[in-house]
Amino acid sequence: MNCNDMMQEQRISNAVKLIFEKSVEGRRAVRMDLPDVPNAMNIKKEFLRDKAAELPQLSELDVVRHFTELSRRNFGVDTNFYPLGSCTMKYNPKVAERIASYPGFAHLHPLLPQLGRGGMLTQGALQVIYETDLMLREITGMAGFTTQPMAGAHGELTGMMIMAAYHRDKKNNKKTVLIPDSAHGTNPSSAAIAGFEIVSVPSDENGVMDIELVKRLLNDDVAGLMLTCPNTLGLFNPKIKEICNLIHSVDGLAYYDGANLNAIMGKARPGDFGFDIVHVNLHKSFATPHGGGGPGAGPVGVKEKLLDFLPISLVVKRNDGTYALEYDKPKSIGYIAPFYGNFGIILRAYVYVLMLGKDGLKRVAENAVLNANYIKEKLKDYYELPFDKVCKHECVFSASKQTEKNGVHAIDIAKALIDRGFHPPTVYFPAIVKEAMMIEPTETESKETIDTFIQAMLEIAEQSEIEPEKLKSAPLTTPVCRPDETAAVKNLDIASL
Amino acid sequence: MPFIANTDEQRKEMLAEIGQTMAGLFADIPAEFMGRDFNIPAGISEQQVRNRLAELAGKNSIDLTCFLGGGFYDHFIPAAVYSLISRSEFYTAYTPYQPELSQGTLQAVYEYQSAICRLTQMEVANASLYDGGTAIYEAIMMALRVTGRNKIIIDDSVNPIYRVMIKSYTKNLNIQLEETCSSDGLANRKQILKKIDAQTAAVVVQNPNFFGCIDDFTDIAKAAHEKGALLLASVYPISLGILKTPGAMDADIVTGEGQSLGMPMSFGGPYLGFMATKKKYVRKMPGRIVGETKDKFGRRSFVLTLQAREQHIRRAKATSNICSNEGLCALTALVYLSLLGKEGLQETAKLCADKASFAYKRLTKIPKVKAHFKTKWFFNEFVLDLPCEAGDVIAKLIDKGFAAGFPLSRYYEGMENSILICVTEKRSKQQIGMLAEELENVL
Amino acid sequence: MVVDGLFYTKQHEWAKIEGDTVTVGITDYAQQMLGEVTFAELPAVDKQFEAHDELAVVESSKSASDIYCPVTGDVIEVNSALNSEPELINRSCYEQGWICKLKVTDAKSIEELMNSKQYEEFLNEL
Repeated sequence: MNCNDMMQEQRISNAVKLIFEKSVEGRRAVRMDLPDVPNAMNIKKEFLRDKAAELPQLSELDVVRHFTELSRRNFGVDTNFYPLGSCTMKYNPKVAERIASYPGFAHLHPLLPQLGRGGMLTQGALQVIYETDLMLREITGMAGFTTQPMAGAHGELTGMMIMAAYHRDKKNNKKTVLIPDSAHGTNPSSAAIAGFEIVSVPSDENGVMDIELVKRLLNDDVAGLMLTCPNTLGLFNPKIKEICNLIHSVDGLAYYDGANLNAIMGKARPGDFGFDIVHVNLHKSFATPHGGGGPGAGPVGVKEKLLDFLPISLVVKRNDGTYALEYDKPKSIGYIAPFYGNFGIILRAYVYVLMLGKDGLKRVAENAVLNANYIKEKLKDYYELPFDKVCKHECVFSASKQTEKNGVHAIDIAKALIDRGFHPPTVYFPAIVKEAMMIEPTETESKETIDTFIQAMLEIAEQSEIEPEKLKSAPLTTPVCRPDETAAVKNLDIASL
Repeated sequence: MPFIANTDEQRKEMLAEIGQTMAGLFADIPAEFMGRDFNIPAGISEQQVRNRLAELAGKNSIDLTCFLGGGFYDHFIPAAVYSLISRSEFYTAYTPYQPELSQGTLQAVYEYQSAICRLTQMEVANASLYDGGTAIYEAIMMALRVTGRNKIIIDDSVNPIYRVMIKSYTKNLNIQLEETCSSDGLANRKQILKKIDAQTAAVVVQNPNFFGCIDDFTDIAKAAHEKGALLLASVYPISLGILKTPGAMDADIVTGEGQSLGMPMSFGGPYLGFMATKKKYVRKMPGRIVGETKDKFGRRSFVLTLQAREQHIRRAKATSNICSNEGLCALTALVYLSLLGKEGLQETAKLCADKASFAYKRLTKIPKVKAHFKTKWFFNEFVLDLPCEAGDVIAKLIDKGFAAGFPLSRYYEGMENSILICVTEKRSKQQIGMLAEELENVL
Repeated sequence: MVVDGLFYTKQHEWAKIEGDTVTVGITDYAQQMLGEVTFAELPAVDKQFEAHDELAVVESSKSASDIYCPVTGDVIEVNSALNSEPELINRSCYEQGWICKLKVTDAKSIEELMNSKQYEEFLNEL
């Protein structure tokens, strides 16, 4: 069969029907218990729905086949190299999955500690939370953590609510927050939702926040600063402490977005740089899986002067060595989650830190940074490198060379990588680099994998010279190719009713 | 070193190839921050970590017979749920930004959105939010955007844990939050109707409510709509196997906690916030949304859509700051609903209601135990009054092997003797009988 | 493409001035930068705007751009054809793709605008 025939074949055999389209009236998967009580239900007819919800009617095998088939239409870290910049797609240890399913954790009702003496029935879980808090304090240089935030952006919002509570408590009337133009979109969004106004700070010629500009923007209205360090270009700002000091000089607070913690974990601490509030993404640096979008966890740590504002409840250790929940915190920002956060995720991260230990954590940062710099050096003669200096956990290239010369864009390079068996880097972010390609290999990838990736990138650079139109037709190996996103918005179809 | 691929030899090789040293790679970090001796224990082996965590898991009591609900439920989970969501093609993938590599996740989210719509009888749903509480908060923010108003009315029969969360989130914002005091276990019509005015963005209610009572909000929706306000309903998805849907009540935004759809209780998370609304409000909805489209060869494809609402494009003006959501939990809910199917969900809901009614009748036969409300319509939770403090009775029943219920005095004044009891399809007639006997004994 | 007789802003809005009525839209340069428009969020009729206020939002599948009000005035009419055919902004940005009409309340605000020649020079410098 030639390539065209194969394409034709694929087109016909391709689509997976919706699970609702496979439904057969009367077919069943799970058989429920027969009622062991009388038909006693006491609900008047007006309160009942008019007809049953049209859920699929399938056998268990039908359901298993359906989702197994869908799973095969995905790339994951377990199937392919996934150098998606800013997302830290490292390997997710299987042992953590196993431990999270231990019945003693999985079947624990979250309200138990609120019953009389119920706290004693959940000592193991409370200890996990308490010790995770301690480890995160040590890793980041903070005085205390809340494990409640359920994602990175949720951590940001929690942190900014703490910032607002601090200023309210000090009767500071401050409204603005400085955020670099290279920041993740969640930063300005979280700050705005917490009630702040955002001042965007352009990066300097070295790709990091311009300290002179910070000086100029500084005034009594500045409530704080939000920063990733290293930033989204993978660059560490050597003036970070001075910037934090400047913010402190107007009684502002410095917020550290821990999205890029993998670069410095076990080597240096944001608390020592001068940051007052930190969130960490357990689903990035701490190896918990991304789940195709979530769940994550974004614990937030603060310095001593902000401890009173942490959400309730907090796990504390009593003198007798038992663990308890503390609710009596009058200055607290209150509840931001129903309980203790995404406990199953916290547990996985706890397992990860226990297994790596001190030396392992350090090695994580070293190998992550080495892998990124290795890629950067090997590719910089072929792709435009806007900031040619040592990077941290990720490096950002631009496809501008290929665009100008051959009309090949970052998206074409991304799609061509797919045909070579790689998940593409993050493209078109950060927006301050044109045709950006942000590559984060992580420490769990081997030199062999990285060499193959580099080889693929070199081939693509070469192909962009000789047959650019081929790159524009990629990918050919996937179930679909360049779906029409404009049509998706215009002919909006987001549910089969 | 576990989970790190390159050997010392390879590290050296790579450093040599790029003409660097490890110190050189970190030379941009000022020396004063480097060289800390971290106070973290040395790493341990997989066998050690499993032993240690098994020991910690053992310190959690999961042997209690569970009559504890309060919005978080001990339901039966078919084995195939866990097998399917444990396929690492699902759980080790990122948010589906590259549609060609994510058709599995994208189609599953589209199916999940569809299942939520069918369950609630709403027109559109998003790809998930963190949990039932943050979902109400997001719905409130959405109502403010839709109406351009700033007053929210919330009845105190809405889960008190969610109400305290909403108070935290709205503290820094220009939102007027007004609570009404439920009347005989139901949303307080009199107070709500009186409060709805030209500044009201939304009325927030829950069904079945925190007390387990069943309500029909059609009248409140009508009153809200007459004044240009929205009705926000938080619902318990299992109950929708049989109960009248928020769509049929003309609710505008529907949220809920999806944990009962196949997720273990897992000490508070990860859970699943779901949200559905009317199509006309879809551009104001927070969170990711998957839509169907065609690829360049005309093949059926799924993509993230309406992204211009989101933080990565709109930044400070986004509909929400949410980025990571609860994707795998949404998949769990979809797999669960697919396995139970149309009839299975109905049967589960009916079993819950039957067993709860049976338990209610059995327990109220105990002398000194009385129903708290005159309202007799409930789903699978109900409130009983004991002759003494409920908290003490619950503590005594823990010793007998029961998590007998939730003491309402924790969140409601004047309900010191009231206990909220939950019965799911997992509880047997025998367990209900034993609870009744032990309760009688300790009173 | 720049049209003579219209006035322009640095954010690439155009304004057509007829007495105290000003019709507003986005320029050809702006529509090209945006890509295919999928949605336009129009202002409410009667709403008052100052020059530089956010007037409307124009979205493509992967971007959203604020449209700023070129003059100070009250909205008297919006182009409701954009609700069903937002792509008119691409197809005919200076004619059928207009966004709204305002009644100018501060004539001075018009003075800040560029004429077509000035706008063309401005574009050349970008």
